[in-house]
Amino acid sequence: MTARRLATGGTIDRSVPIPFTFGGVDYTGFAGDTLASALLGAGVGAFGSSVRLGRARGIVSAGTEESSALVQVEAPFAEPMLLATTIELTPGLAARGLTGQGRLATEPDPGRYDARHAHTELLVVGAGAAGLSAALVAARAGASVILIDDDVTVGGSLLDYAETVDGQPGAVWAAAARAELDTFPRVRVLTRTTAFGIYDDGFVLAIEHRSDHVTSTRSRQRIWRIRTQQIVLATGGYERPIVFANNDLPGIMLASAAQVYLERFAVLAGETVVVFTTNDTAYGPAFALAAAGASVTVVDTRPEISAALISGCRTAGITTKSGHAVQAALGDSAVTGVQLTPWPGTTAEPPQEVTLPCDLLLVSGGWNPVLHLFSQATGRLRFDETLATFVATAAIPGVHLAGLAAAQADLAAAFAGGAEAARAALTELSAARAEPGRHRTHSSFEIPTVVSHFALHPIEQVWAIPAPTEFADPDVRFVDVQRDVTVSELLRATGAGLSAMEHVKRYTTLGTALDQGKTSGVIGSGIVAAALGIAVTALGTTTFRPPFTPVSFAVLAGADRGELFDPVRVTAIHDWHVAHGALFEDVGQWKRPWYYPLAGEDLDAAVARECTAARTTVACLDGSTLGKIDVQGPDAGAFLDMLYTNLISSLKVGSVRYGVMCSPDGMVKDDGTVIRLADDHFIVTTTTGNAASILDWMEEWLQTEWPELRVFATSVTEHFVTIPLVGPLSRQVLAILAPELDVSLAAFPFMATRAATIAGIEGRVDRISFSGELAYELNVPAWAGTALWEAVMAAGEPFGITPYGTETMHVLRAEKGYPIIGQDTDGTVSPFDLGLGWAVSQKKVDFIGKRSFARAVNDRADRKELVGLLPVDPTVAIPDGAQLVESADITFPMPMFGHVSSAYRSVALDSHFALALVKGGRARIGQRMFAWSEESLVEVTVADAVLYDSEGARKDG
Amino acid sequence: MQLIPCPNCGRREEIEFHYGGQAHVPYPAEPAALGDAEWADYLFFRDNPKGPFAERWYHSGGCRRWFNAVRDTRSYRFLAVYQPDAPRPDIAQFMAAAPPVAADRASAASSATNAVTR
Repeated sequence: MTARRLATGGTIDRSVPIPFTFGGVDYTGFAGDTLASALLGAGVGAFGSSVRLGRARGIVSAGTEESSALVQVEAPFAEPMLLATTIELTPGLAARGLTGQGRLATEPDPGRYDARHAHTELLVVGAGAAGLSAALVAARAGASVILIDDDVTVGGSLLDYAETVDGQPGAVWAAAARAELDTFPRVRVLTRTTAFGIYDDGFVLAIEHRSDHVTSTRSRQRIWRIRTQQIVLATGGYERPIVFANNDLPGIMLASAAQVYLERFAVLAGETVVVFTTNDTAYGPAFALAAAGASVTVVDTRPEISAALISGCRTAGITTKSGHAVQAALGDSAVTGVQLTPWPGTTAEPPQEVTLPCDLLLVSGGWNPVLHLFSQATGRLRFDETLATFVATAAIPGVHLAGLAAAQADLAAAFAGGAEAARAALTELSAARAEPGRHRTHSSFEIPTVVSHFALHPIEQVWAIPAPTEFADPDVRFVDVQRDVTVSELLRATGAGLSAMEHVKRYTTLGTALDQGKTSGVIGSGIVAAALGIAVTALGTTTFRPPFTPVSFAVLAGADRGELFDPVRVTAIHDWHVAHGALFEDVGQWKRPWYYPLAGEDLDAAVARECTAARTTVACLDGSTLGKIDVQGPDAGAFLDMLYTNLISSLKVGSVRYGVMCSPDGMVKDDGTVIRLADDHFIVTTTTGNAASILDWMEEWLQTEWPELRVFATSVTEHFVTIPLVGPLSRQVLAILAPELDVSLAAFPFMATRAATIAGIEGRVDRISFSGELAYELNVPAWAGTALWEAVMAAGEPFGITPYGTETMHVLRAEKGYPIIGQDTDGTVSPFDLGLGWAVSQKKVDFIGKRSFARAVNDRADRKELVGLLPVDPTVAIPDGAQLVESADITFPMPMFGHVSSAYRSVALDSHFALALVKGGRARIGQRMFAWSEESLVEVTVADAVLYDSEGARKDG
Repeated sequence: MQLIPCPNCGRREEIEFHYGGQAHVPYPAEPAALGDAEWADYLFFRDNPKGPFAERWYHSGGCRRWFNAVRDTRSYRFLAVYQPDAPRPDIAQFMAAAPPVAADRASAASSATNAVTR
């Protein structure tokens, strides 16, 4: 291959040279080049080697259908498996050919990615002749239109094939169309944008390449999430190769691609050119290359070529050989010649083999309409014998095809087809509207006069040329050059009894590479159908699935990564915690202080200190994340009676009750406290992680089962901060904070609630304890949260007040045997299993879950019950999640009796300890068991779940 | 990404909704009066038809209202939506008119002339 850049021509900007490196060698291209055109312009035609056989690879196409020229980009950012034909040349680009697989970046992607949503009446995919016509018709009728195209500018084939439209170059017409489209405020034109998936209800995803090609601070790529009412697919076609021996050699290219390199990039891809074709469309490239100075021979499988083409070839100095085929390409690392054979061969007359030298072999086996999106949208395909390819059957509602995608045979038909598709879309838009839309159903559009060499007919159906003997074993006729799949392998698949393309695909890996068989898929179907002796249409194609072209995870993630991956919720006191050195724990989306280490303290030391403060002096916690639901209405009490296992309606105003919620199956769903502020006004607290789901739970029952109940449930979690003030000295601190509040035991008993002015802030104090100690939960509006916290710290300072985090909170509650729903339970645990039978009403006629308690399964003696565990050696930690077994002799399998659900070290108990769910657990109290995990085996004694202050003496201080 | 027709809000993206299982399975008036088998039937057993199915849906990311819908489990198309207290539409009327998308999907999966499968 002796590709070279011509001194004139093309649309590249020779005044802007662009340096780049490929395979470690420095090159220079021009603005407007792709990596592939720049390399061809520099005479580089080979691109690494194939994945399985290590055969040389070159450039086959000039676009997204590329099956061969895969590269690894190393700079500006490492990306594997990109197509040289779609990488716009940028200064500093460094790439290399792939040998087999690529390399993923080891460092984080510095690029910025984003997404936009768009709604439109009409989406036109493809901005060639058909797509531009469709967009103009719809825009002139007043419709909102999004027109997208993956090329750098609109025009499609008009840009590259020396076609004349209304007496001017096609690109001029395209530019004028673009200029007109830009005058419509409801029209958006997106170039460098690929629609890669069609989903339900007119939802289309597209990727826009925004700053790969310019130095810019804008996002690198953008996902467009487009919701459209109508779609025109003007996605054009892919030229199809022909399979013959050594058809994968560098220097073998699709005929149309050579013309693109010539017309757009001023690159003559070869000097001595053989064009191997089955149809008329390859003659345009032949004429163009001959005019540029190449010596061209056309080898046409058809016995007769039209007089016009013969005469054109004669004028252009092109030799033609009709009724011949290329049997084999010659050469080792690049094509140096071809071996011809009469076509179709006859057995009576031995073929006369002719050899021709060449440095560029162009092939054209016909054209495949690009129907990936149509097929994704559930459009059905059929094989068209005259075009030797799959075409669309009848249109599907809301999706219209135009141009080559619709197998419209030439350029004039594409202009007309685009206009017609748009009018059909406008009519459907109107019909779908109850009222007249903003647009008309018709607008004027004059089909331009065109001069073009392109015509789909006539074509001879040719898939693969039999190999001459010397090339037969091993078979080097490649159907899928990216997967190195040969004709023989397809025949081996059918020989093994496979008769469906989906099976052949999986057996051979045909069409599973990055190009997904864009050019080779139809050939595969043709060869397999012939082998099976059935019609191609009866065999069909494999499934088209999104994405149409590879899309990186980075752009799909968009801005939703790192800190923006999930919303972060912080309490009103968060900044204080940060300023005071708290380490944080993620609890759902919440950031909660985990512990507050002093200098030199680790987790264990800090938690031991915080626990000691809570049990001996006074400590405080930011409990604001506690779920809080405000339940109001005349029927609120009756409603909560149904929701909770215990009686709520009997609760006195100013009092608090602990409650358990179950699902109808009788298993614990959540627990918390119910605070009655008035006859018709309750505050319900939930586990931090269940706040949203319990509100949903309430809404579900209120809306679907008991709509007659007059109850309103509102989330107030973030309206209030909640600060548990905990410890034997907490009463003294509260007395300072709320001097007007009578904090005496008699006036403010356990499980009472009082409105109070706390540090000058109107709020509420609940005497609730999640630690077993004397404790008060202070609630004030969130905006006063930090003020209250600082007041608490100031008032408590003389008493040695200690802020504590979630780890200490867990130790304190576990010492008391208080379960965390979702940690110590798993949806198969009843209140009785937790030892909370005292909170299940026997008086109420019904509540959610009650009937299930009478199921036999609840009476089984081997139900898992919540118990405490103490290690026989108190200094040994019990592994969290450990399985409980009865023997230290660990053999698999062996009976397992439960698992550790929470495990901590306790200062108060001077021992490690755990909570566990154990089969028949309460009956085992006092027995020895073994807690086994992969890390350790610990002998434990089963104990009551309440390990500390079992008589409950400490709650009153 | 399907659009679901909320009876209160109109067509919205499916991610705004939560599925709520079979509709018209009311909480029993007197659970205590039910035998274990009947109670288990309420708790655990639901229909799973191929075709139109009356279901509960919750527009959790929108109006936060529950509603009922008849949906074709073959095509995922919503054939009707109605308020929770409204009677169930006659399912038979939907059996006859197989929606076009359902037809496309079903036939696409089995068509010998196309062999496009999902």
